[in-house]
Amino acid sequence: MPLPGQTDPAMIRNFSIIAHIDHGKSTLADRMLQVTGVVDGRHMRAQYLDRMDIERERGITIKSQAVRLPYTGLDGRDYVLNLIDTPGHVDFTYEVSRSLAACEGAVLLVAAQGIEAQTLANLYLALENDLQVIPVLNKIDLPAAQPEKYAAELAHIIGCSPEDVLKISAKTGAGVPELIEEIVALVPAPMGDADGPARALIFDSVYDSYRGVVTYVRVIDGQLSTRERITMMSTHATHDLLEVGVISPDPVASLSLGVGEVGYLITGVKDVRQSRVGDTVTSHHRGATTALGGYRDPKPMVFSGLYPLDGSDYPLLRDALDKLKLNDAALVYEPETSVALGFGFRCGFLGLLHLEIVRERLEREFNLDLISTAPNVVYDVTLDDASVVTVTNPSEFPTGKIATVSEPVVRATVLAPAEFVGAIMELCQTRRGTLLGMDYLSEDRVELRYTLPLAEIVFDFFDQLKSRTKGYASLDYETQGDQVADLVKVDILLHGDPVDAFSAIVHKDKAYAYGVSMAGKLRELIPRQQFEVPIQAAIGSRIIARETIRAIRKDVLAKCYGGDISRKRKLLEKQKEGKKRMKMVGRVEVPQEAFIAALSTTEAVAKK
Amino acid sequence: MHVAELTPWRAALAERSRAQSTAAQGVYIHVPYCASRCGYCDFNTYTPGEIDVESHAYLLAAAAEIDHARSLWRPGHIDTVFIGGGTPTLLSATDLTDLLRRVDDSFGLADDAEVTVEANPDSVDQHVLDQLREGGFTRISFGVQSLAPHVLAVLDRTHSPGRSLEAIAMAQAAGFEHVSADIIYATPGETDDDLAHTVSALLHTGIDHLSAYALIVEPGTRLANDVRRGLIPAPDDDVAADRYQIIDRLCAASGLSWYEISSWAKSGGECRHNLGYWRGGDWWAVGPGAHGHRDGLRWMNAKHPRAYTERIWADGDAVVETEIISQAAIDMERVMLGLRLREGLAVGAVTPDKQDQIDLEVAAGLLVRVQDRIVLTDAGRLLADGIVGRLTS
Repeated sequence: MPLPGQTDPAMIRNFSIIAHIDHGKSTLADRMLQVTGVVDGRHMRAQYLDRMDIERERGITIKSQAVRLPYTGLDGRDYVLNLIDTPGHVDFTYEVSRSLAACEGAVLLVAAQGIEAQTLANLYLALENDLQVIPVLNKIDLPAAQPEKYAAELAHIIGCSPEDVLKISAKTGAGVPELIEEIVALVPAPMGDADGPARALIFDSVYDSYRGVVTYVRVIDGQLSTRERITMMSTHATHDLLEVGVISPDPVASLSLGVGEVGYLITGVKDVRQSRVGDTVTSHHRGATTALGGYRDPKPMVFSGLYPLDGSDYPLLRDALDKLKLNDAALVYEPETSVALGFGFRCGFLGLLHLEIVRERLEREFNLDLISTAPNVVYDVTLDDASVVTVTNPSEFPTGKIATVSEPVVRATVLAPAEFVGAIMELCQTRRGTLLGMDYLSEDRVELRYTLPLAEIVFDFFDQLKSRTKGYASLDYETQGDQVADLVKVDILLHGDPVDAFSAIVHKDKAYAYGVSMAGKLRELIPRQQFEVPIQAAIGSRIIARETIRAIRKDVLAKCYGGDISRKRKLLEKQKEGKKRMKMVGRVEVPQEAFIAALSTTEAVAKK
Repeated sequence: MHVAELTPWRAALAERSRAQSTAAQGVYIHVPYCASRCGYCDFNTYTPGEIDVESHAYLLAAAAEIDHARSLWRPGHIDTVFIGGGTPTLLSATDLTDLLRRVDDSFGLADDAEVTVEANPDSVDQHVLDQLREGGFTRISFGVQSLAPHVLAVLDRTHSPGRSLEAIAMAQAAGFEHVSADIIYATPGETDDDLAHTVSALLHTGIDHLSAYALIVEPGTRLANDVRRGLIPAPDDDVAADRYQIIDRLCAASGLSWYEISSWAKSGGECRHNLGYWRGGDWWAVGPGAHGHRDGLRWMNAKHPRAYTERIWADGDAVVETEIISQAAIDMERVMLGLRLREGLAVGAVTPDKQDQIDLEVAAGLLVRVQDRIVLTDAGRLLADGIVGRLTS
C-alpha cells in the first residue's frame, strides 16, 4: 500500500459525505471502514469516527474528521481514499465549505425519506466547489422506503437520471462495495504542483489535552515534512512541525504529506486560534506568497449571557470557557454583570446550535448549572450624530437620539411537504420574512426561500416551524448582510427599577406583545411583597404594559400548638434561607427561580 | 417491665428534672382516634374498626406511660391538662375521667387546674357531658368548624349545623365554666355571610372562647388531592385576610378580644394550657405522636397507636424523636411564639442587631411598642411570619 508522503496523487480520491442527521452518514462511514479493512469487525463500534459523547448522542458531527482508507480496487490497483467528514449543522456552514474545499468529490447521501434543507444547502456548497457529486439513496431496507420516488427527486435536484442514483443500505452494508468502486471511478484525482512551494488548506483543528492542537490539512501543492518550520499565512505565525501523519483510523506519524494527501499536523500550540480553519499552511523557508483563498474570520452571530446558577461557580465557569475556547475558534466571551443574575459572561456563538452545544458541554463536562439569557443578535445603532454603536447586549442599546437600527438578515430555505406551504408562509410572515421564491422539488415537496431577520430565527422559529409542519419541515439559512428595521428596546421595570435580564430588542410592532407577556409572566412568578409592586414594560420612558403584584396581606394564621412549634420554626428557618437566595431588584425580593422560569420559557433554542 | 436503659432523652430529662421548674406545667394527652377522617385533616389520627377493642390497648398503654412518667418528671403540681385528638369523646367519659385521675395520682393537680377536653359535637350527649364535668373537666372545646351545611360538606364534617349549638348548650347546662368553639374559615365555597353567621350564632350561645383557623391545604390530604385535580378551588389568601377581620370584629363586639393570633376569649376565658405553649412552659406528652417539652428539651412519641403501645410495654416510654433545642432556636421560638400573643414580646428578646428592624416594623404599621414590649397591630397579626423572619437572625 502507498505510504503517506509517497502516494501518487493519481491514486488518491478525496471525498466527503453530505447528509442530514439520521440519514446514516456515520453508519456509512463505519461500513466503509470495514469494507476497506481499515477496522476489523472485532474493533468496530458504532459511529467510530464521532469523538464527543454529544456527537454520538445527538447523531451529529460537531468537528470534522478525516480518515485515510487504503483500498485495493476491483482493477487490482491500490488506491487511497480520504473520507473527510463534515460538520452537520447550519451554524458551521463555513467549516463545511472548507471541508468540501479539501475534496474533489462528495457522496450525497439521502435516506429514502427525502432530502432536507441543510443537505440541499451543503449540496449547493459542493457544486460551488466543483465537486463530483455521487447521489446515493440510503435505508432502502426500511419497509416504508420509497426508493423510486426519492431517486427521482434526487435526480431532479442534481440533474441526473434516476438510474444514476445508487441505492444502498448502510445498515446491512448492501451496495456499499459498489459505492466505493463508484467513488474510485468518478471522483477526480487531486491535481497540484508537487514541486511548488507547499500550500495546505486547514479544514479543521482540534485541541487535544496531550498533543496540543491537532490541525487537519489537505495538501494542495508541494510537501510538508516533519521538523520543518511552517507559516500560517493569515496570521504569519510560524511554528515547528513536531509531527505530521494520517488518521487510519488511529493517528499514524509519517515523514511528510504530499500533493493531494490529507492528514494532520502537530506544532505544539495550545489554542486553535493559532491554527484557523480556512487558513493556508506553507513552508517558512521559501514558502508560498499567495494563500489558497476563501479564509474567513469566524464571526459570532448570536449572543447570550451565561450565568452560573450558584454565584460561587463563577471562577469555574471562567476556567471552563477558557478551556473550551482552546478547541473552539468561534467562541467569544467577556465578563458581564447582571443585576438579576450576578456575574457571568456575554458569549458570542456562530448560531443557536453552537450556543446549545457550548452550554451543554459546560454543564456536562464541567459540571456547571447554568442559566442563559434569551439569545440576541448584533445590532448596529446609528445615532443622530452619525456615530455607530454595536450592540451585542440589550443593555448596551443607546438611550440618545437614534437615527437607524440595523439588524442581520439571513437567506433561509425551508423544505417541506406541499401541504404545509400555507402554514410556513404564515409563520414567516409573522416573523417579518420576505418571500424570495418557491420551487417544487417533486410533486409534493416544496422549497421556499425567504429573507428573514436573524433575530426572528433565534427566537423559537425552528420549534414553531416544526410544530406547524408536524415535524416535516427542515430549515437552512445563511447570513446575508444587514437591514434597517424599526427596532426598539423594551425594558421591564419592577417597582420602577429596570431588570436587565429581561430587556429585549424587538420590532416595534411586537414590543407590546413582548411587554404584556413578560409582565404577566413575572406577576405569576414573583411572590407578593409587603407593598404593591407594579411591573411595567417600557420603551424608553413610555410605559406600554403594566401588571401589578398586590401587596401581601396574610402569611400566617395556621395554628401553633405544642406539636407544631418545631415544625413551624424549621419552616421559618427554611424561609429565611430562601430569602438569602433572593435577588434584590430595588426593594423587591425576587427568587432566582423566578428569573430562571421567566427566561427559560422565552428562551426557546432551536433543537436540531 | 425491665429496667430501662439510659437513653439520651432520659439523660437530658433527668438533668432538667433536678431543679424545680418555674414555668407552667401541663400535661397533653393525645387520643388518636376519629369516627371518620375529614378531608382537610393531616393530624395523627386513625379510624379504628372497633373503637372499644383498639382503645382498650391504647388506654392501658397511656395509663402505663403516665405511671412510668412519675419517676422521670417531677413538676411539683400540674396547672393544666388538655386531652386532644383525634376525637377524645370517642372514648367513654369513664375512660377519660380515669386518665385524668391517673395524671392526678402521678403528678398532683393544682387546686385551680384547668382541665380541657376536645369534643366533636356528634360524639357527646348530656349524660356524657355531666359525667365529664363531675369527673373534673373544667373546660370543653368543640370542633364546630362551621355552621354552614355546604361548608361542612366540603370539610367532610359529619355533624349537622344545629348539633353544634345543641352540644354547646348541653355543656353549659352540665356546668362547664369554659366552653370554646373551633372554627375553620376561608373554606372554598364559604361566603362572608356564611362565616359571619357562624361566628355570630356561636357567640350568641355565650361561649367564652373561640379559636379560628384559616383552612390550610396540607399535602397528602384528600383536600389537597381535590384541589390539585381542580375539583375544589384553592383557598385564597386575600379572602382569608378579609374573613379574619370579620371574625375579629364580631368577637370584639361580643366582648371576646384576641389574646393570640388565632384565639379570642372573654377576660378569664383564655386557655391557660395553650398559653403554656406560647410562653415557653413545660408539658408532658401522653399518647401516640404526642410532643413533650421541658426546658429546651423536646420529644415526640411513636406516631402509630400500635407502635406506641409496643414501645410503652417494651421500654416504659415511646419516645422516638428527641431534640435539644439550641440557644439560637430557643431565641427564635421565643420571638415566634411571643409575638403571637396580645401581651406581646419583651423588646429584649429581640437580639441587638435586629433592634433597628423593630422601628421599621413600627413605621410600616405592623408593630406597636407598649412600654418595653412589642405587640402586633391588626395588620401585623396577618403578617406575623414575615415579621418574625425579619426580627430573627
